[in-house]
Parts: sequence; structure tokens; C-alpha cells
Amino acid sequence: MALIRIPPVLRASTGGEKEVRADGADVGAILHALAAEHPDTDAQLFGPDGSLNRYVNVYLNDEDVRVLGGLETSVGEDDVLVILPAMAGG
Amino acid sequence: MSPSGAEVIRQIRSQVPEVDPAEVSEHLGNGVTVIDVRESEEWDRGHIPGATHVPRGYLESRIEAAAPDRDQRVVLYCASGQRSALAAHTLTDLLGYTDVASMTGGITLWKDRGYKVDVPVVLSKEQKDRYGRHLLLPEIGAEGQTKLLESKVLLLGAGGLGSPTALYLAAAGVGTLGIVDDDTVDLSNLQRQVIHTTDRVGVPKVDSAEQAIHALNPDVDVVKYQTRLDASNIMEIIEGYDVIVDGVDNFPTRYLLNDASVRLDIPVVSASILGFDGQLSVFKPHDGPCYRCLYPVPPPAELAPSCGANGVLGVLPGTMGLLQATEVVKLVTGAGEPLVGRLLLYEALGATFTELKVRRDPECPICSIDPSEIADEEMGVFPDYEAFCAAAG
Repeated sequence: MALIRIPPVLRASTGGEKEVRADGADVGAILHALAAEHPDTDAQLFGPDGSLNRYVNVYLNDEDVRVLGGLETSVGEDDVLVILPAMAGG
Repeated sequence: MSPSGAEVIRQIRSQVPEVDPAEVSEHLGNGVTVIDVRESEEWDRGHIPGATHVPRGYLESRIEAAAPDRDQRVVLYCASGQRSALAAHTLTDLLGYTDVASMTGGITLWKDRGYKVDVPVVLSKEQKDRYGRHLLLPEIGAEGQTKLLESKVLLLGAGGLGSPTALYLAAAGVGTLGIVDDDTVDLSNLQRQVIHTTDRVGVPKVDSAEQAIHALNPDVDVVKYQTRLDASNIMEIIEGYDVIVDGVDNFPTRYLLNDASVRLDIPVVSASILGFDGQLSVFKPHDGPCYRCLYPVPPPAELAPSCGANGVLGVLPGTMGLLQATEVVKLVTGAGEPLVGRLLLYEALGATFTELKVRRDPECPICSIDPSEIADEEMGVFPDYEAFCAAAG
């Protein structure tokens, strides 16, 4: 199971968890598994057409999945997914 | 009877080839080594750009470092042409240099002809004391400190991030610190905005910050902009600065700043904070990605709470602001590897740092365009960013 790092703004949707684990062979499957487990995250991650919202950055280990294979990017058991929102606080 | 000193000088000057300043000017940078043989105080008052300083008293011991090849073209100059002729004689007769000339009339004639003179920033005794710990670092040294003293850095916001950044950049001797902030000091700021004080509550932040900076380092010239950065004033404010420090508290200004800084080719050291989390990156136009490459669109409001609504650990902007200040010093001095194309995440509760790669987006609407192709009338013209960010939310 891959590890998903949850950003502070989504932690209210994961019961306060900073890290959760989810099953799946690729990025899309894992994020959908996360959304199934924590339904409040679904609308924040995915648009109505099922694609990843443009304002949500997802990294597989240290690489942006947009420059990999997007939601179809394969994920290994020991990989880490980082969900990263933009922040504007100063 | 031995000849007089004046006679020896006359004889030597008659033997040494001379070149006119016009010829030296024409060949500057074309493989000719130009050596200034005057004393240090004279060099400090102004010298020919690109010249190397080898005082005549150290000629024999230092010339090989400046001109290692004895067959290369070497032009010497002094104030009027006398000391350089004697030095040229030494190089030719004693050290075996084959192509040495003395510049006619020295730097006096050079200046009279209107050619450019470099006047270096000279560290005073007090500055040598103040910046002594920098001078000891090979990566900074006198050259790096001079760059800092000559640099112009613009701070967007004298708030959580801007406060520690301003203090440390002032301490480091950044010559000009511009500060943009339209706010006044509030008691609730003082939990983290350490440049302000309790007795300055109610004072404009730019004035309060200026007081603190001048108390710390009178070398720093503070330029105050008591205004809110917007599309109507951004080009005018940021132009001419070497580095911009982004510590603003809202998305519209971050996108506006990105677009303007890419167009003007000014690097931005960007940080943001919320709760116990911080993000940091350096957006150096065209050398690396820009803010839009990282975040093509802003998040909706529910995913982008402000520090005012969500809270922020008071120490956190200190941590992130000082990382920003460090990146500014690196950019100005050229030391180290700036955080270009990388995003650093800091999570204070877990005490973890995570580094992510940030790639340039070949489709980026801003930084994929060659700035030289942007017409003058487009510069400073932006869509309505408030509406843009509101629409995305």
C-alpha cells in the first residue's frame, strides 16, 4: 500500500490524519481509494469529469505526476504520494 | 658620474613602447591584459574596467598571476605614464615579457578622453568590522559583500515572512531594501512580525520596518511603498530591483507578481505559510519554472484559508523567512545552488523537510513566451486577477 501525505487543508476530510495508506496500481486508483475511504476528499481532488483538479498538485515521491503519466502513473508498494495545495499565507 | 634619476626615467621612457588610450579602449576585453600599477588608494578611486591591479611595489611577485604567459600583450598604466613606463621596463628587461607597452598619459588622459572608469565600493573600517564574519567566508568575501552592498532587494510585505527577511538582509548589508506594505502594525501581528514593536502599534508597517532596519544597520537605504501592489503600479515598483522577496498573503498578488517578474526577468524568492506548514522556492525567469508552472490555477477558497482564518505558528514565518533571506544572499553573491526548480516543504510539527522537483511547463502562458517578443504596450497589462482567482474559487 502506498503512503499518501495529506496537506493541512485536507486533513479535516481525513479525520485529522496526516498520512494515510491506500491500495491501487496507479495514481488514479490510489486517489480514488482515498476518496472512497474519505468521501469529503473526492470533490476536492476530482472534477465532475473524474479528472484531477488543476489546482491539485500530486507528486509521486519527488516528481509531479503531470510530467509522469498523470493518473495512469504506476505506483509501487513503497512509493509516497504527496498531495500539495498552493498556499498564499505570508 | 651616475646619471640623475630624472635622466634614467627619461631614458627608460624613450625605450618603452607607448599606446594611446584610444587603442587600449578599442582592445579592452580582446585578450589584452591591462595592468594598473598604482597604489591601492589610487585604484580604489577609479580604474579602467577589466584592469588587474598589480601595484608597482609588488610587480615582480604578482605579475605572473595576472599575466602568466610572457608572450601575451600586456599594457600597463599609472596616473600619468611614468610609473607604468618603469614597470614596463622591469617586465621586459628583468622578467622576459616580450610584448609590453605603457599607456600614454595614464588614467588622467584616459579620463580626459571620457572613457569609462570603474569605481569600486570600498569597505570602510567600520564596514570591515561589521561584515567581518562574511569577509572570512571564501564564498562571500569582500567581493560578495560588495555585491550585497550594491544590491537592491524588494520585499513584498513587512509581515510574517517580510519581518525576519528584512532584518537579516539589513544585517547582511543589502544596500537597498524596498518594502511594499499598506498596512499598519496591529497587536495581533507581534506574535510573529518581529521587526515591529509594541510601542509602534498603529504605525504604518513600512515606517516601523524602516526604524528597525536603520537601528540595525545605517548602511541600508530603505525605499518605502505604503501601497498595495496591483496591476496599475507593479511594473513601476518592481523595475530595477535585483531580487524580489514574495511574502504576500493572497493569490491574486502572487500571480500578478509572477507575470510581471517574468516579463522583467527578475528572480523571485517565494515562500508561503499556513498553520505549521511552509513552502519555499526560487522562481528565476527562464532559468527555471515560474509560479504558474508550479500552480497553473489558484485553489478554491475552501482549500486556501488565510493565516488570519486558520492560524499560524509564530515561529514558522521566521523559519521560512530566513530560508528566503538565505536564498536572496545566494542569488546576489552567486554562492551555492539556489532553490531553482525545487520546492522545499517544511512541516514544523513533524520537523520534516521534503524536497520536490518543479518543472518548467512548456505550455506555460507566461514563461514559455520570449520576453523580447512581448510588445512594449503589453508590458504591465494584466487581466483582472481578483476576478481570475475568484472565478477559480
